[in-house]
Amino acid sequence: MSFAYAVKQAFSQIGRNRIMTAASLASIIAILLVLGVFFIVVVNVNNMAEGVKKDFDQIQVYLEDNVDPAQLDVLQTAIGGIPGVAGTTYLTKDEALEQWKEKWGENADLLDRMDTNPLPNSIIIEVADLNEATSIVAAVEPMVGVERINYSQDTVDKLLSVTRTVQLVSLVIILFLIFISIMVVSNTIKLTVVAREKEIAIMRYVGATNWFIRGPFLLEGVIIGLIAAAISSALVGVLYHYFVGRWGVEFLLLVSSSFVDEWFLTENLLIIFAALGISIGACGSIISMRKFLER
Amino acid sequence: MIEFRKVSKSYGANIGVKGISITIDDGEFVFLVGPSGAGKTTFVKLFLKMVDADRGHIFYKGYDVTKLPPRLVPQHRRSLGIVFQDFSLLPKKTVYENIAFAMEIVQKAPRTIRRMVPQALDLVGLTKEADKLPNELSIGEQQRVAIARSIINNPDVLIADEPTGNLDPETGWEIMRLLEQINRRGTTVLMVTHSREIVNAMNKRVVAIKNGRIVRDEKGGLYHPEEDDDPVPRPKEGALSLQ
Repeated sequence: MSFAYAVKQAFSQIGRNRIMTAASLASIIAILLVLGVFFIVVVNVNNMAEGVKKDFDQIQVYLEDNVDPAQLDVLQTAIGGIPGVAGTTYLTKDEALEQWKEKWGENADLLDRMDTNPLPNSIIIEVADLNEATSIVAAVEPMVGVERINYSQDTVDKLLSVTRTVQLVSLVIILFLIFISIMVVSNTIKLTVVAREKEIAIMRYVGATNWFIRGPFLLEGVIIGLIAAAISSALVGVLYHYFVGRWGVEFLLLVSSSFVDEWFLTENLLIIFAALGISIGACGSIISMRKFLER
Repeated sequence: MIEFRKVSKSYGANIGVKGISITIDDGEFVFLVGPSGAGKTTFVKLFLKMVDADRGHIFYKGYDVTKLPPRLVPQHRRSLGIVFQDFSLLPKKTVYENIAFAMEIVQKAPRTIRRMVPQALDLVGLTKEADKLPNELSIGEQQRVAIARSIINNPDVLIADEPTGNLDPETGWEIMRLLEQINRRGTTVLMVTHSREIVNAMNKRVVAIKNGRIVRDEKGGLYHPEEDDDPVPRPKEGALSLQ
């Protein structure tokens, strides 16, 4: 069937149905905005969790400042002999600072403002088997020259379980919101269908094909979905940009993990929203057209 | 040729048609008479495949309509023209556009549309009314537009469901002359009617349906009032409508 005809019809339907189109656009945008917020939360929580997991298979052993190279050698050998240890790396305080700077990215200048390096020299233990982590910690703790061990399995466990909960709840809410938007679109299109009921009936009697009848309605839904997707990704992008600008540093200091890059997120959001918008629009049309899909 | 072979269709407890068998040759003019709810509209809807038969076969152009797969139904309907009692014109389209619409939706080329629509308008005598909206026309003229629309795609069969039901007698005769003219061009005409005057005057084949069965099939038949307990044309009720 002629695609141009369907596009023309779809736009003329939207034009004739301006108020309802605006209403359903507004609802879908609102829904996509909420969805976007959840998306951002999920992505950031995931990002944070990934970072935590990466630290998880490492135990940081902070050394007292007065440990000399000979002692260090003894320590490293001793630690290396503990079952479950895959390897050890010595990290000087300067190297540690460099790592922090790298991690903090553009906020690294905060670290430059400090007069002295507050970080200790440390030995990083790579854990081969996470189940042995607790016993490794117990074995290392009493050794001479060890100031403190940075390994808190409880926190890690809690964080990971919170992450899973957040992901699950968000997924449920996202699915629910998608369902609602499909209903909203389908109601809007139903109005156009009803308004054109006579026309559609004549079309069927005269022998128009199903796709010829459905095409414009399908496109109408897709167009509504796409416009909503474009507007809401822009809005979410701007809001996130503002949020990161306003709270990014605090967030970084709080959880020592930075926000997911805004452009990366907005770009992905646009793709996801566009796909969602098209699907929501198409599903909405198909539902409202069910009556005419019989044959 | 149209052949109904023992076709039955019921709607729950309501009997639509019950084991109807009939053969209509190409180029015939057939009146379908009978009381409201007798099964005339079901008969027409079965042929259009707007409803599916419970039993039996409908042969037309070498295929069985009852077994037609959905994707071929539009093609089937394109060979049939339909005129409704309520005209079913689109109120926001002009006379010309209403007729052109029937061609657009079966995707005829714009050039063909520009050539054919004036011919159809000429046939029904509405050339001067091309740019008017339906509500600016008399009801007789509206029905002529509907007829022009029904024949614009050159159907082999024209189905008219009480086309004169809403018209005064004089206008009704205008429509009948038009239908007869279309019939003389070779189009089979199948007309559902309650009008005694028209049936008696036209001297055509008359098929009477009552309680879902064919009770009479007579060439050059007359209208038998006892077969119709509801001879007064009633607007729309029971007739082939768009809903």
